[in-house]
Amino acid sequence: MSIAESHSGIIGGIAARFRTCPATGLQIDLAAERLIKANAVAAVVFLLVGGVFGLLVALTRWPAVHLLPADMFYLVLTAHGLDVLLLWILFFEMAVLYFASAVLLNCRLAAPRFAWLAFILMLVGGVLTNIAVLQGDSSVMFTSYVPMQASPNFYLGLILFAVGALIGCLVFLGTLVIAKEEKTYEGSIPLVTFGALTACIIAIFTIASGAIILIPTWLWSLGYISHIDTLMYKLIWWGMGHSSQQINVAAHVAVWYAIAAITVGAKPLSEKVSRTAFLMYILFLQLASAHHLLVEPGISAEWKVFNTSYAMYLAVLGSLIHGMTVPGAIEAAQRRNGFVNGAFEWLRKAPWGNPAFAGMFLSLVLFGFLGGISGVVLGTEQINILMHNTLYVPGHFHATVVAGTTLAFMALTYLVLPLIFQRKVILPGLAKWQPYLFAIGVSGISLFMMGAGTLGVSRRHWDITFSDAALSFDYPSAAFLMLGLNGLSAILAAVGGGLYIVITVGSLLFGEKVTADNVVEALGPMPTRKVSEAVKEYGNAGTFHLPGTYILVAVFFTAFVLYYFVNWKYVSDLWPMG
Amino acid sequence: MALTPPEAKIWWNEKVERGELVWIVIAFLWGLVMFFMMVYWHLEGQQNLSNEVYRISPEKFLAKTEKFTEQYKVREEAGIPVAKAPAGSDVYMLARLWEWWPILELEKGQTYRVHLSSVDWQHGFSLQPVNVNIQVHPGLEHVVTITPTQTGEFSVVCNEFCGVGHHTMIGRIHVVDK
Ligand code: HEM
Ligand SMILES: [Cu+2]
Ligand SMILES: [Cu+2]
Repeated sequence: MSIAESHSGIIGGIAARFRTCPATGLQIDLAAERLIKANAVAAVVFLLVGGVFGLLVALTRWPAVHLLPADMFYLVLTAHGLDVLLLWILFFEMAVLYFASAVLLNCRLAAPRFAWLAFILMLVGGVLTNIAVLQGDSSVMFTSYVPMQASPNFYLGLILFAVGALIGCLVFLGTLVIAKEEKTYEGSIPLVTFGALTACIIAIFTIASGAIILIPTWLWSLGYISHIDTLMYKLIWWGMGHSSQQINVAAHVAVWYAIAAITVGAKPLSEKVSRTAFLMYILFLQLASAHHLLVEPGISAEWKVFNTSYAMYLAVLGSLIHGMTVPGAIEAAQRRNGFVNGAFEWLRKAPWGNPAFAGMFLSLVLFGFLGGISGVVLGTEQINILMHNTLYVPGHFHATVVAGTTLAFMALTYLVLPLIFQRKVILPGLAKWQPYLFAIGVSGISLFMMGAGTLGVSRRHWDITFSDAALSFDYPSAAFLMLGLNGLSAILAAVGGGLYIVITVGSLLFGEKVTADNVVEALGPMPTRKVSEAVKEYGNAGTFHLPGTYILVAVFFTAFVLYYFVNWKYVSDLWPMG
Repeated sequence: MALTPPEAKIWWNEKVERGELVWIVIAFLWGLVMFFMMVYWHLEGQQNLSNEVYRISPEKFLAKTEKFTEQYKVREEAGIPVAKAPAGSDVYMLARLWEWWPILELEKGQTYRVHLSSVDWQHGFSLQPVNVNIQVHPGLEHVVTITPTQTGEFSVVCNEFCGVGHHTMIGRIHVVDK
């Protein structure tokens, strides 16, 4: 069947146009496909803009280069946070939601017009906030802590964006309902869709928190409300700000499972375990916003300890479980593919030349080792005294949201291009290296920012030499070295990110059309072509031992425990206080 | 596959693989260890953030700090008064765009009650090179009990973004021998 062929189908009395995917045989709703494309393209554009801002920030923080003047630095830093953390990530997540619902469930998208409304609101909102920032009177950082005030359009743009995202979530839920009613699939929804559903539910909670705090703040900026409590603002703002990170985690874990399934034919070791782990994100996440408030006055220690840990470690448990089940599923699949020698043949013979697989696996490892461990340590009540608002914090979250989420999304793009855009990836030789380049650069910025933060260097700070200050302070020379290495790593990351954009945009414009004949080849190198046949029958780890995965997990756990207690040692060296 | 509905329709009754189960138990126990570490440190550890906080208007906090500074001023440094209060007493430091005021002189091994607040925006009290970081809010007076264990010149860097002069906001604490 030709890939361009499409036909109308009447489902539930509503006409939708479909094409049949030559790789999977799934019916793809053309309206859903167009929306996936639009959201993905918007995402990539904001990644480009935000990524350039990130490079400028890093070059300014490199003392020997110190590129931008102070006011521009704070402006660009505000724009960087907004464009990458909000716009790039959320536009891409909208594409993932539509993919995981309409495409994977073989179903038409609910209310495509509303989905377009969502897209337009998000776009208008994003552009409005950007304009407000670029005009120069809203350099308040994306957290916009009161009583520092931005121009009203800064908040209005964010509100519009959030409303758009909310509508997108509702379209996703509506699609699940339609698929169920029209019985387009049998049994339960696929794990990847389950993960996307997790992300969507958290997103709704997140957006509600955002509305509760941003709408009054907007009115305050217009002069209708006289006062916003500083502590209340942070408490609710982080109800959005932190929970939205859990959207990212749920989404990129779903993406890991999806890529592992497509590239090596992995299937979950246990549906029950993986689904329960996703559920934990929903059940135990919300209060984790507490770990942004660990050194605030006016919040009791009991509240902090309970909310940063009791609830949070159960959400962490969810991630620890995925951290084992994803590589475990890959190992099991690879062993079924025939790579059974030793503990690690499955890993050595994995399709490292396929950027989708390589990006996914690097994302998994870096998210766990760098982002996960540092995040739990940072979120420990007393250890936070050592690290709050130092560069350790951006060091940590570049490992989670850049090495983790962003890299996973980049990896997925290499499959979305042939499957949804029906274009072959151009420059395959370069594409092969792109995930590695980006991963090395991002690991560098994460580690060196964490290093500088351990030495006490402040985040969001233009000049660590304090040359314009009345008093002075000299950071140790190692701090300068760290910031220099951070700058170099930023250049690498920017090259890797730039390459991703060139390849993506280039493939859209110039990529060879994908047809039924070359679609499998277009997905990149894979261990065995018959992979999906080989794993058709149900089989879990029971049929295979997973020594490689157990070793990896043991190494991870040892690193975690050691690093955790090393930081308690640092805490015990501080001046006694209470 | 993760992209298709689960093969076992009743997936919630599946038996969980032993390897997975072991890891889940270990990870859960580790979570408990981390939880009880924080509780333990509140009971036995020396470094905890104080819970003593009062609501106060910025004007009032400014007046209190000025009175304190007037009473205990011993000299000036770069035009900023240096206050040295008796060992073990209450001392005040306010944050404002863009300074920490006044400079404090403390004695090593003595315990002080440091009152922190802001009179305008939020600021970040970052004591260097000790590396103690505490958020400072307008309207909240935070009383932190602290015992310096080293002598020397320490700096208070602002590590909460507070506008275009943020990077010039730096204060000083001297710790001297008795
Ligand atoms: C080329 C890639 C990137 C580079 C070189 C880069 C570099 C940096 C640097 C140096 C900072 C400033 C730290 C500070 O002074 O406080 C920063 C902040 C930040 N970055 Fe990135 N980054 C990159 C990509 C990303 C991506 C893809 C995301 C999100 C998905 C991201 C999210 C953030 C956020 C949220 C902040 C905090 C902004 C704030 O403090 O208000 N970055 N980045
Ligand atoms: Cu300040
Ligand atoms: Cu500041």
